Amino acid sequence: MEDKLLLKLLQKNARMKITDLAAALNESKDNIIERLTELEQEKVICGYHTIVNWDRTNTEIVTALIQINASPEREYGYDRIASRIYKFSEVDTVYLLSGSFEFMAIVKGKTMQEVAHFVASKLACLDGVTGTSTFFVLKQYKNNGVILIEDEDGKNDRLVVTP
Amino acid sequence: MNYEDMISERAKIIKPSGIRKFFDLASQMEGVISLGVGEPDFTTPWAIREAAIYSIEKGKTFYTANRGLLELREEICQYYQRRFQVSYNPETECIVTVGGSEGIDIALRALVNPGDEVIVLDPGYVAYAPGVELSGGVAVPITLRHEDQFKLTPELLKEAISPKTKAIILNYPSNPTGGFMTKQDYEKIVPIIKEAGIAVISDEIYAELSYGDEFCSIASFDEIKDQCIVISGFSKAFAMTGWRLGYILSNEIFSKMMTKIHQYIIMSAPSAAQYGALEGLRRCQDEVENMRDSYMTRRNFCVKAFNDMGLETFMPQGAFYVFPCIKSTGLTSDEFCEKLLDDQRVACVPGTAFGPAGEGFIRVSYAYSIEELKVATEKIKQFVEKLSKG
Repeated sequence: MEDKLLLKLLQKNARMKITDLAAALNESKDNIIERLTELEQEKVICGYHTIVNWDRTNTEIVTALIQINASPEREYGYDRIASRIYKFSEVDTVYLLSGSFEFMAIVKGKTMQEVAHFVASKLACLDGVTGTSTFFVLKQYKNNGVILIEDEDGKNDRLVVTP
Repeated sequence: MNYEDMISERAKIIKPSGIRKFFDLASQMEGVISLGVGEPDFTTPWAIREAAIYSIEKGKTFYTANRGLLELREEICQYYQRRFQVSYNPETECIVTVGGSEGIDIALRALVNPGDEVIVLDPGYVAYAPGVELSGGVAVPITLRHEDQFKLTPELLKEAISPKTKAIILNYPSNPTGGFMTKQDYEKIVPIIKEAGIAVISDEIYAELSYGDEFCSIASFDEIKDQCIVISGFSKAFAMTGWRLGYILSNEIFSKMMTKIHQYIIMSAPSAAQYGALEGLRRCQDEVENMRDSYMTRRNFCVKAFNDMGLETFMPQGAFYVFPCIKSTGLTSDEFCEKLLDDQRVACVPGTAFGPAGEGFIRVSYAYSIEELKVATEKIKQFVEKLSKG
């Protein structure tokens, strides 16, 4: 079985049934279950999440991208400072980047004030963090390969029967 | 005035497509779930669309060279070399056409004299035999066999060749069967083709959609390369059906003659489509692979679904069709598809639309999402269960 195909199917639809996965990959159900368990244990599969467009709910949610400048530490490089950042529950995603700043964190909160307060009182004060810049998200168009707004694309108008 | 009398004998002799009849039936109904479509469900990759739009913005709205943009021909030739190890000269051995369809037409017009025989495979794509007849030739069908997974075997080929044979049209991976010829399969027929000295028109439009063995182009056999006319295009691999863009690769003499015909009937393929395709060849191979992976999982899903419902279906190694055998239901292909449409509103195409040898089979396209396939195959299963209960 090709892991790549299994992972791609799940990445597209994490709710795909084991029987359908087995059919699509021409494998037995047992093999699929076994391989999934292994991939979970190996942390190749890190979860089965839902892409939610909160904008379409009544839930208030604000997302910000935070550029973080930080200094590396002897022995640890950037890993220890990163762990101090990513452990906050407000922090959704953290990347170490090349370029003029070190980290990009995606932070979520209920209001802009809440996010701003978190950055000022927590992130910016961490040892090793030398500066931050905060960019609030105004509109989300695409997330994890999924287009989240109305888009005609992909609604194909193929004829019913063609040669 | 009797306008019927004005119609040429040649046009009259062409049979209306069996697909057309079924299209009319299916499109009159509402809420039809179709598995009858011979084109990808993916929209053309955005990079290709964007490049075409940019070419229009820049005012690239003129005729291109008759053979097509040289840079596109260079990319096509490099692509065929890189992917399938067959090399052609972009300046003298490549023509950009209006779809593979034009390629088939001009190849036949360039080769066929009145009365020449051209071997076509049955079941096979709907356009080949009419194309032969329109060019004044006689289409000689080879009846392919289910037990061979619709491959062309040396025995069948030998039987069909006569002193009048001018050419054979091959199409692997095959529409409608999904049949596939491996290198080993070709090795058995190449000596026969060499000895007979006939031309091979090889429609390789589904080459990128090969799932098991690597795709093998018959033109990769050096001993018959110059007998081959390779026809391909962007419709299937790059999801560009509506753009109508294809190409022909062949020896210089054939190519020159086909260019002559092409320049009179077409002039040059649409410019915007050519600029789009150029981008596709340069930057979209990953997207092609992603689409192939999707098709492969859908194929597996379909083959299992049909076999589970008792309709014997072999695992096709290419294209995006499965060809389930419906003989066990006691119905003809036409009956099966009509009743299925009536009863469950699911459209498939009767195998007979692709030649008499398609009797007992239906063509099911899997250019649909697994979710759609699941719903449709479930309905077909219910239909088959009803049939068996009488």
